[in-house]
Amino acid sequence: MSLNVSNLTVHHGAICAISQVSIAVPTGKLAAIIGSNGAGKTTLLRTISGLKHPTEGSMMWKGEKIVGIKPEALVRRGISHVSEGKSVIPELTVRENLELGAIWRRNSKESKESIDQVVSIFPRLGERIKQRADTLSGGERQMLAIGRAIMAKPQLLLLDEPSLGLAPLVVEQIFQTIRDLTTSMNLTVLLVEQNAMGALKIADLGIVLNLGKVVAVNHAQTLIDDPAVRAAYLGY
Amino acid sequence: MDLVNTFLIGITSGTIYGLMAISIVLVWRSTRIVNFGVSGMALLSTYFGYEAMTRLESFWIGLAVAMIGGAVVGALVEILLIRLLEKHKSTGPIASVAPIIATLGLASLIRATAAMIWGGQDVRILAPVSNDGFTINGTTLVFSPLKLLILVTVLVLMLILSIIFQKTNIGLSLRASAYSPEIARLSGIKVNWVRTLGWALAGAAGAVAGMFETVNGNGALSPYSIESFLLLVIGFIAAVIGGLDSLIGAVIGGLVLGLMIAFVLMYVSSGLFFIAPFIILIIVLFIRPQGLFGAKAARRA
Repeated sequence: MSLNVSNLTVHHGAICAISQVSIAVPTGKLAAIIGSNGAGKTTLLRTISGLKHPTEGSMMWKGEKIVGIKPEALVRRGISHVSEGKSVIPELTVRENLELGAIWRRNSKESKESIDQVVSIFPRLGERIKQRADTLSGGERQMLAIGRAIMAKPQLLLLDEPSLGLAPLVVEQIFQTIRDLTTSMNLTVLLVEQNAMGALKIADLGIVLNLGKVVAVNHAQTLIDDPAVRAAYLGY
Repeated sequence: MDLVNTFLIGITSGTIYGLMAISIVLVWRSTRIVNFGVSGMALLSTYFGYEAMTRLESFWIGLAVAMIGGAVVGALVEILLIRLLEKHKSTGPIASVAPIIATLGLASLIRATAAMIWGGQDVRILAPVSNDGFTINGTTLVFSPLKLLILVTVLVLMLILSIIFQKTNIGLSLRASAYSPEIARLSGIKVNWVRTLGWALAGAAGAVAGMFETVNGNGALSPYSIESFLLLVIGFIAAVIGGLDSLIGAVIGGLVLGLMIAFVLMYVSSGLFFIAPFIILIIVLFIRPQGLFGAKAARRA
């Protein structure tokens, strides 16, 4: 298991956001975390990436403890987090947003190569490379946010609701890209989604959170076929 | 001739005000703090420049020492004062006011310390070139070799700063950390140190403003000189006119103020020196409340 979270409890002030959460994701697998609003999905991601401190519990990444390590240090250990709501900086250009992702490597040659790689994945970003990010459409911004994360050459990718506010066709395209990247770059991915069906379809593993607790873990296809999950999260 | 003369004088003092405004904007962008300590920091670094200049008999070494000293002072203030305040941050109205009050206290502290070390008397900073005006066709201008030198030096420094901001990774880190600390951290930027760097750059910019404002006046420097007070007030107005968030805005704000003050003094009344900047501020804020270069809507924190 490359990512191992056990008995994680996180509070927002006095409110318990997640309680005793344990998840394990093997290398190269895509895990979808689904659940309704307020289930603690975002909190879980923010805790793994170091933005939020857990009250108790442990987190291991590639055999090392990562509790208490700052996000800027975790990036250097291969953990990239695309936070909720099109995580780009609107005032910067597309190129600058991408360069940002590779900035910690301090190697402009590698950075340029990574930009070429991202542009080959998202040709639309190449067309808009000099534009400010606030001129992009919602889908393009999401591509840029994922592109920035790829620039860091991550091994663990944390994605928070990449489908939020996007047209269905664009959502499908983004999900397919996430699936392709997972396979081609041998990434380990945690995908938090409200769009449970879309996420489970591309995932290897499904984790259902409810009110801060893990209520189901299984193969993604098994969850899709589970009548209880279908009724509660897939809407039919 | 008068017109050109007034224009050049206005531009020269405008660039100095612009530097001061840059110092204020850099601090605002990196820590969202309105730094009233900026005049104190500039004063202290100008004394550093004075010490180096008298020992080594070169204005330029003095200027360099002032800049380095200013950068160190800025960094130390951020590390020792601002971080501490951030760590013990309370909630409610005090939280946003505390750092501002602290910077006010800092200005007084530096002023009093400077008075203890260098005394309340004037010390003199000698200009590298003459401040006697150029003579063209028998008429002597107020615009002098010194003013020309100040103008060119400040413009060069501003150019260097803008290249740092637009073309280097350090500049990208500074901008990213200002716009979105969270995305900057998730990109691996050590935002804490970038903040310190922002304060250091602000200290260096304030130092140059302090040195040039002193020699552009009569060269006299004292802890209670009117120059440092003026720099604070006019630098602030320039920063606010420029939108507080924008470096270009700070420069333009400084130039607008410098020019307007020069023209008001020349063509209206020299008694308006202290009033003119405020009138300009109020007019700008009436027409464009967000400042000339400010973003219309406040950014979400």
